[in-house]
Amino acid sequence: MAAEAPTDAVAPAPPAADGALAGLRWALARDLKLAFRSRAELGVQLLFYVIVVTLFPLATTPERNLLSTMGPGVLWVAALLASLLSLPRLFATDHADGTLEQIALSSYPLEALVSGKIAAHWLTTGLPVVLLAPLLGLQYYMDGESLAILAMGLLIGTPILSLLGAIGAALTLGLKSGGGLLALLILPLYVPVLIFGAGAVDAVRAGLGATANLSLLGAGLALALVGAPFAAAAAVRIALD
Amino acid sequence: MLEAQNLAARRGHAELFRDVGFRVGAGDALVVTGPNGTGKTTLLRMLAGLSAPSSGEIHWNGRSVGPFSEALRGVVAYAGHLPALKDELTAEENLASLVTLSGAKAPPGDLDRALENVALSHRRHLPARVLSAGQRRRIGLARLLLARRPLWILDEPVTALDAAGAALLARMVHDHLDRGGLAVAATHQSLGLEPARVQSLALGETVA
Repeated sequence: MAAEAPTDAVAPAPPAADGALAGLRWALARDLKLAFRSRAELGVQLLFYVIVVTLFPLATTPERNLLSTMGPGVLWVAALLASLLSLPRLFATDHADGTLEQIALSSYPLEALVSGKIAAHWLTTGLPVVLLAPLLGLQYYMDGESLAILAMGLLIGTPILSLLGAIGAALTLGLKSGGGLLALLILPLYVPVLIFGAGAVDAVRAGLGATANLSLLGAGLALALVGAPFAAAAAVRIALD
Repeated sequence: MLEAQNLAARRGHAELFRDVGFRVGAGDALVVTGPNGTGKTTLLRMLAGLSAPSSGEIHWNGRSVGPFSEALRGVVAYAGHLPALKDELTAEENLASLVTLSGAKAPPGDLDRALENVALSHRRHLPARVLSAGQRRRIGLARLLLARRPLWILDEPVTALDAAGAALLARMVHDHLDRGGLAVAATHQSLGLEPARVQSLALGETVA
């Protein structure tokens, strides 16, 4: 039977480890390119983040102490919402135009391709949020140390948002009201990230040091890095079936 | 060799087909026909490894293959209803992206030749957004040429193609079979292949 296998038409399969890296690179490069081509959309998400953060001082109080207490929490909640706003598109456009079928049928491991997509999502939505946070924190009279810890927490925490969010985005593929369901599904999972992230700044202000909170965030990131690509890939396969 | 035994599919409570079996050897094609809603696309998606049959087995070169199995992913080129094109990318970028995704190399020379073959050279730098349905299909054909996969699964490949496009497709499938490849196509139109190489499978008659 093996003799019947066509020889001329067969492309040599890439070795597994090589394939994983190449697959990750393919997805990362393609998604970054697509994001760059439709960069107005990224601008909208970032502007949303800026506006949400700015609304709170306007709506509550200009009082210095109150604002500096509220600041970290508000910036973190806004980061969650900004992440949530961009998540539905993570897989939905690929699903709608058939690319997701080709991705799932690729000889590269699906987990690697999904990881590349998640990495691109973080670079285009999470990283700008991290970079903007210290600037926006000034509106809340936060001091230098608090701002540094806030940015550090976001730097560790926002990748977790992208990783967990990818699972939710894959699970809600093909649903009509996917966006709302995605929020219900994912926001509860975001709670620990929010608590430790915002808690890190509070701990510093209380003179306790942020090490404990940031370490827990780091542990969460390690866990999400290992688990989320597999869960999201499994959800993608289910969505295509 | 692609082999299927006792395949069955259901959608909800409705049974689309059952007891579907066939054997396609290297250099042969299987043409699936049948009225709308008899499960042609479902069958093709099973063979491509995108969904699981509700019963029955699929074998590739003697090995049983399930959905998304590695053995199948390395050999199948699936061209479904959806073109898998990105509106933001140009025709050439789309093609290069799809070919690299399939694990093949996409050197510029090969891309040029493939685009020339499907008569899209002059449209290569246009974003896919402005291409016509037929031109989008042609990018899919160029992908088949470059991906070098032995098993082609084509769902209504003639749709939206003009006469020249249909002839091109027929020639491509013919050459593919000549090279020892296999093709499974669901189609209402004739692909213009030599009858000796073609098996046909009519769905919608097996279920009473």
